[in-house]
Amino acid sequence: MSVSTKLTVGAMLAACLVVAQAVSKETGYIFVSSEKDHVVTVLDGTSYELIKNIETSERPRHLQLTPDGTKLLAACGDGEAIDIIDLATLEVTDRIDDIDDPEAFDLSPDGRFMYISLEDDGALGVLDMQSKEMVAEIEVGEEPEGVLTGPGGEVVYVTSEVANMVHVVDTESRELKANILVGNRPRRFAMTPDGSELWVSNELSGSISIIDPNTNKVVDEIVFTPKGFRPEDVTPVGVTMTADGGTAFVALGRANHVAVVDVPERKVEDYILVGNRAWNAALSRDNTRLLVANGLSDDISVIDVAKRKVIKSVPVGRVPYMVVIDD
Amino acid sequence: MNTLLRAGLMLFSILASVPAGAADTMTVAYLELIGDPRYREKAIEARYLGKPWGRPFAGADAARRESKFVGSAIGVDFQLERIEGKDAAELIEQVQSLPGSPVSFVLADLPAQVLSQVAEGLSDLPLLVLNVSAPDDTLRQASCQTNLLHVFPSYAMLSDALAQFLVSQKWREVLVLEGPLETDRQLVQAFDRSAKRYGLETTEKRNFLLGTDPRKREQNNLALLTRGDYDVVFVADTEGEFARGLPYRTLQPRPVVGTEGLAPLAWHWAWERHGAPQLNNRFLKRAKREQTGYDWAAWMAYKAVVEATLRVGSTDFEAVSAYLRGQDIVLDGFKGNRLSFRPWSNQLRQPILLGTHNWVIDRAPIQGFLHASNNLDTLGYDQRETLCEQ
Repeated sequence: MSVSTKLTVGAMLAACLVVAQAVSKETGYIFVSSEKDHVVTVLDGTSYELIKNIETSERPRHLQLTPDGTKLLAACGDGEAIDIIDLATLEVTDRIDDIDDPEAFDLSPDGRFMYISLEDDGALGVLDMQSKEMVAEIEVGEEPEGVLTGPGGEVVYVTSEVANMVHVVDTESRELKANILVGNRPRRFAMTPDGSELWVSNELSGSISIIDPNTNKVVDEIVFTPKGFRPEDVTPVGVTMTADGGTAFVALGRANHVAVVDVPERKVEDYILVGNRAWNAALSRDNTRLLVANGLSDDISVIDVAKRKVIKSVPVGRVPYMVVIDD
Repeated sequence: MNTLLRAGLMLFSILASVPAGAADTMTVAYLELIGDPRYREKAIEARYLGKPWGRPFAGADAARRESKFVGSAIGVDFQLERIEGKDAAELIEQVQSLPGSPVSFVLADLPAQVLSQVAEGLSDLPLLVLNVSAPDDTLRQASCQTNLLHVFPSYAMLSDALAQFLVSQKWREVLVLEGPLETDRQLVQAFDRSAKRYGLETTEKRNFLLGTDPRKREQNNLALLTRGDYDVVFVADTEGEFARGLPYRTLQPRPVVGTEGLAPLAWHWAWERHGAPQLNNRFLKRAKREQTGYDWAAWMAYKAVVEATLRVGSTDFEAVSAYLRGQDIVLDGFKGNRLSFRPWSNQLRQPILLGTHNWVIDRAPIQGFLHASNNLDTLGYDQRETLCEQ
C-alpha cells in the first residue's frame, strides 16, 4: 500500500470513528496518558466523551505534540520506547525503541532533536528524530526529570531530583553551562512567554524556584500553603502558564489542589480543589479551561479558568499522568 | 523557611551556579562488626521479611555514587571509608586513627550494645554517629546519646505503623506469639505499647519454640499455639525460622503479621511510588540483589550528610551537623514525605511501609491518623513520651 493510500484509509477510518467531524490539523481532542493501563485515552474536546483508548508501549507518561501538530509523542517508561501516535488515525504508527526508562522530554524548536531525561543513566539524551539514534548523552545529576527547551533552542534545562539542581545544557556544544541549586526534588518547568523567568517546581519543598535565565540564578521562591494541609502534603509537580504570562497554575500533588499564581506579583491568588494527587495540568489554547490529571483518582478535572472552579470530572485510565489538548 | 535562611540559600545557589573543581573532602566512615550474627550466611540466604539480605554498606555506597555530581558542582569530594572491627574497642581505635582530615560523620551498622559503646567511645570527638540498622527502643529512650542519630526506624515506630494498619482494618483482637530471644521480647514490648496506644486487644500471649519435642507441644505445635478466637496473629520472631512456617498453618483462618506475613518495614524493593523504582534499579544494578530497609537506611544516612553539606555550603562540622539535626532540613527518602530528625530522640521521622514478600500493602501513617504538628510523629515515641535526656 502506498503512503497516500494508507493515509486515505486512515483518514476514512478516523472519519468513521468521529461521525460528522472532519479530521483537521487540530483535532480538538484531549489526550491523557495512563501509567498503569498502557493506553493514551482520547476524549472529545467539548463533550469529554471517550473517543478511543490508544494502546501504547508499557507505562506511557510524558506526552507532547510535534511542532507540525500531526503527531503525538508518548514516552513509555516500562516499554523503553517513544511511541509515535498519528493524530489522523489515532494509532501508534511508529516507535523509537531501546530507550532506558524514558519519562520526560522536550523537542528542539524544529522538531529535529528530542532532549530526554535518562533517569537510570543520570544523563540528558539527545535523540535524532530522523535517524532515531541517540546522538549524545550529557551527564547530569542522578534522576534527571523535567526537560525544557529554552526559547530559540540554544539551551535546554533539565532537573535532577537527587542533586536538587537545574542543569543548563548548551545545545550547540552539548556541554553543561551551569548548575543551579534549587529546592528539593525539582520536577517540572514553565517559562514566562517573554523568556525572562524560568519556573521550576520543587516537589518535596512544596515550592517554586524562580530562575533568571540570563544569570542562571535563583531570584525568588514561592511556597504553597493551601489551607488545611501540612507542608509535607504539598507536592507541586506540573506548572503551566497563560499565554499572556499573567497567571500560572501549579498542580499540588497530594494536596489535591491547583494553585493559581499571579506571575508578575509572584503571589498565590487561589487554590482550586481537584482530584487526588494532581500531577500535570494543561490549558486550552484560548486559556478558558484547565485540565488536570489526578493520578490517584483515575480522572481528570476540568476547570473553568474564569470561575476558578471544577466544572466536570472525567474518568480516564489507571493513574493518569499527563494531559495534552490538541486545539 | 525563615528569610535569613532563604537569603542564605539564594546566595549559596549563586555560588553553586558555576561548576567548580573539588577543593574540599568530606569523608564518611562506615563501621561494621566482623561476625555480626545478623548477617549469618544462612539468614541472608533465607531472605526473611524485614531482615537484611546482605551488608547495608551497599546502600551507603549507592549514595556515595549519587553524590558525585553534586559534590563536583559544589567543590566537595564525598568519600566513604569502610571500617571493620571485631568489637567496639577495635572500631573506635580505627576511627580515631583514620589518616587525613578528621572524620565528622560515622555510619554505624552495629548491634545495639556495640553501637552504644562506640558512640560513647567517640563522644569526645567532634563527630556524629548515624545508626543504620539497630531498631532497639532504648537507644532512642533512656539510653539515648547526644552524638548518636538514628536513621533506621525504632521498634516502636514499626509496631505503631502495624497497629495503625490493624485498626484501619478493624482487626482488633490479636493473638501474640513470642519467640525465645531478647529481641523477640523487645518486639512484643513495643507491640504491647502500640496496642495500648491504638486500642488493640491481645486475646492471648503465647511463647513459641522451634522443635518437635512432644513434651513441649504447647510451644512448638502450630495448631495448639494458634487455638482460640482472634482476628489476626502477631508473631515476634526476630530470628525468622519459626515465623516463616506460620502462615496457612494457623488453626483459625486468620492473617499473620509482625515478622512474617505483613511486616512494617523501612523500605521495600517493590515500592513503586515517589521515585522508588529508580532508586531500587540503581541499587540492584550495583549490589546484584534487592534493596531492604537496612540498605535504605545506610543510603539515607549518607544522603543526609550530603544534603546538609550542600545546603550549608561547607564541610565545617558544627555548621553541617547543626543543619543536619535541625528542623529546616528537607530529606528525600523516596517515601513521599520530607524527613528530618526528631530533636527529642535523634530519630529520623519517616513513613513506614507495610509489606508482604513481594508487595507494599499500605504506607503509614495510615490515612486518618493525625498528629498536632507532623503526622509522621504518630509513629514512635512522641516528645511528651520521651525518656531521653541529652
